[in-house]
Amino acid sequence: MSNVQKQKRANKSLPFFFKDEFKVSFTIILVSTILLISTFSFDIVPPILNRGIQPATFPKGLLLLIIGLTLIVFYLSIKKPWKVEKKLPKTFFLTLLSFILFVIISKMLDFFLAISLLSIFVSYCWGERRLFYLILVSIIFPIIVFIFFETILGLRFPPGIITNIYYQV
Amino acid sequence: MENLSLMFAPLMSSKLMIVLVFGTLFGLILGVLPGLGPTTGGALILPFTMTLDPLSAIVLLTAIYCSATYGGAITAVLINTPGTPAAAATCLDGYPLAQKGEAGRALGMATVSSAIGGIFSVVVLVFFAPLLAQLAYEFGQPEYFALAIFGLTMLASIGEGSPIKNLIAGAFGILISTIGKDFMTSIERFTYGINELSEGIGFIPVVVGLFAISEMLTQSTLLDQVFKRVALKAVKLPSILDYKKTWKTIFRSSGIGSFIGVLPAEGGTVASLIGYSEAKRWSKNPEEFGKGSVEGIAGAEAANNAATGGAMVPTLALGIPGSATTAVILTGLIIHGVRPGPDLFREQPEFLYGIFGSMLIANILFFIFGFFGAKIFARITLVPNRLLWPMIFAVSVCGTYSLSQSMLDVWIMLFFGVIGFFMRRYGFSVVPVIIGLILGELVEGTLRQSLVIFEGNWLLFLTRPIVVTFFILSFIALIFPLLRKKKV
Repeated sequence: MSNVQKQKRANKSLPFFFKDEFKVSFTIILVSTILLISTFSFDIVPPILNRGIQPATFPKGLLLLIIGLTLIVFYLSIKKPWKVEKKLPKTFFLTLLSFILFVIISKMLDFFLAISLLSIFVSYCWGERRLFYLILVSIIFPIIVFIFFETILGLRFPPGIITNIYYQV
Repeated sequence: MENLSLMFAPLMSSKLMIVLVFGTLFGLILGVLPGLGPTTGGALILPFTMTLDPLSAIVLLTAIYCSATYGGAITAVLINTPGTPAAAATCLDGYPLAQKGEAGRALGMATVSSAIGGIFSVVVLVFFAPLLAQLAYEFGQPEYFALAIFGLTMLASIGEGSPIKNLIAGAFGILISTIGKDFMTSIERFTYGINELSEGIGFIPVVVGLFAISEMLTQSTLLDQVFKRVALKAVKLPSILDYKKTWKTIFRSSGIGSFIGVLPAEGGTVASLIGYSEAKRWSKNPEEFGKGSVEGIAGAEAANNAATGGAMVPTLALGIPGSATTAVILTGLIIHGVRPGPDLFREQPEFLYGIFGSMLIANILFFIFGFFGAKIFARITLVPNRLLWPMIFAVSVCGTYSLSQSMLDVWIMLFFGVIGFFMRRYGFSVVPVIIGLILGELVEGTLRQSLVIFEGNWLLFLTRPIVVTFFILSFIALIFPLLRKKKV
């Protein structure tokens, strides 16, 4: 029996609400429904200014199309279940966590520091242990990128504890 | 003829030649690195193009497109992993031939057939793009609406993923384009009180997020993969016997690739698969396929490079992207204030023929660099992901921030990176999102303007022959992949 067949068989034995096809379809329909409801709060244009259709009509149509197509995808998945995806490894969640930390650090402390810390964190989590390479990706390369954007492209980075020192604020 | 002479303008400009050489080398590096490729690479370099004039920017992007498409073959032959999705079919025969100790011959055949395919497609581009643009002079708003719908329905038949999932992704892309002030009435849509969203969501944060950041997340799940690289002494030119065996295949695949490329939303991946299977079907030795056939390599590589020029035809003539990478190039055109379409051919021939000429030169350049430098480029595959991707993250973040110096763009990029990862995980291609985002304004704008012309009567669409033709083609584009899936 091939791996795909094994995965499909494993998927069949799961209760429906644990299956990927249900979770994915449910999420799409839920988000689309919320967005669809929000379209009813869009301003309505008086007939004299209205060009063809109301501004809300087009997004409404799109959201209904997405919901309709998702229902078809879900219906087809009952007949032909999706293969069960491998569990996501720890490194994925650590990378995702690094994005969250990047957002927090760049908002609260410094954009450049956030890039540096993310680089060393991701590189280490992905298996790099050599000090020189960790310094290369976390300090040397971000400095090169910073100088390139700052001097050649004339970009001004957002204020923060390190960039303020650089800009002598 | 006068316009054709404009094609050689890049040769006269040292600035354009530097851009071309840089673009070709950079494209080769991108093509060689699995997970990058012309689309992600183009997305990464988009913010930097803002410092260039429009012609140099598009020359850079097209040079990357041509050479990265070829660069994927180096990785396909040496480590049995396609550097780009379009090189997937090249693995089938390239790697077995390399394992027999003939890596140089395999790469030589890939290089020659890629260059011939690429040059063939530029010829197609030079002759067909103006013809298609001329046809588009007849188009009014309803015709453009029907054309955009046709372009979107072609998403259903994009190689990877299910047709319905591709359509959902395309509709999602159009939905993103509706965020911000409605361009006809200035009514705010999906802004939820965030002022920065009033101008809508920029292309670049979405493109970089969906391609670069989602790929970074994908790579984080593949760290246990170990690549074995076959040794390469030097790239060899194919022998006369190899040429005799493959010249028909190369030209057939070049034709197939150019044709597939012209179809909206199709691209190198589909072209190379069809080019490969046709090479096998017409071969006198089909039993050699999968075991190291030079015809297999030639069939796949000529087709995927031929698709580059083909895909530029609808992109430049109609503003409908012919592939994922041309969607990025189209984004480049738009952010530089160039609106593709028939008017571009009439008003800026030097711009267009400059692009054609630079594509031709890029194909010659990657032939030279590939032939003499494949051994060096092959070493790039040894750069570990644990070093490469944090660096790509730094460039992505700074590049995205640089456009409007807005942190919101960076958050949007990260958001779409996560969305893109889960889309790919569950079989939704991210390419339709970009195409939908690009075509969204065209679809909505032309629909609403058509309804103004028709005074709200939808049935009047059916009174226009070109519109009806596009609707029929759209119907076929929707039904065909479903029937094909059923047959399989």
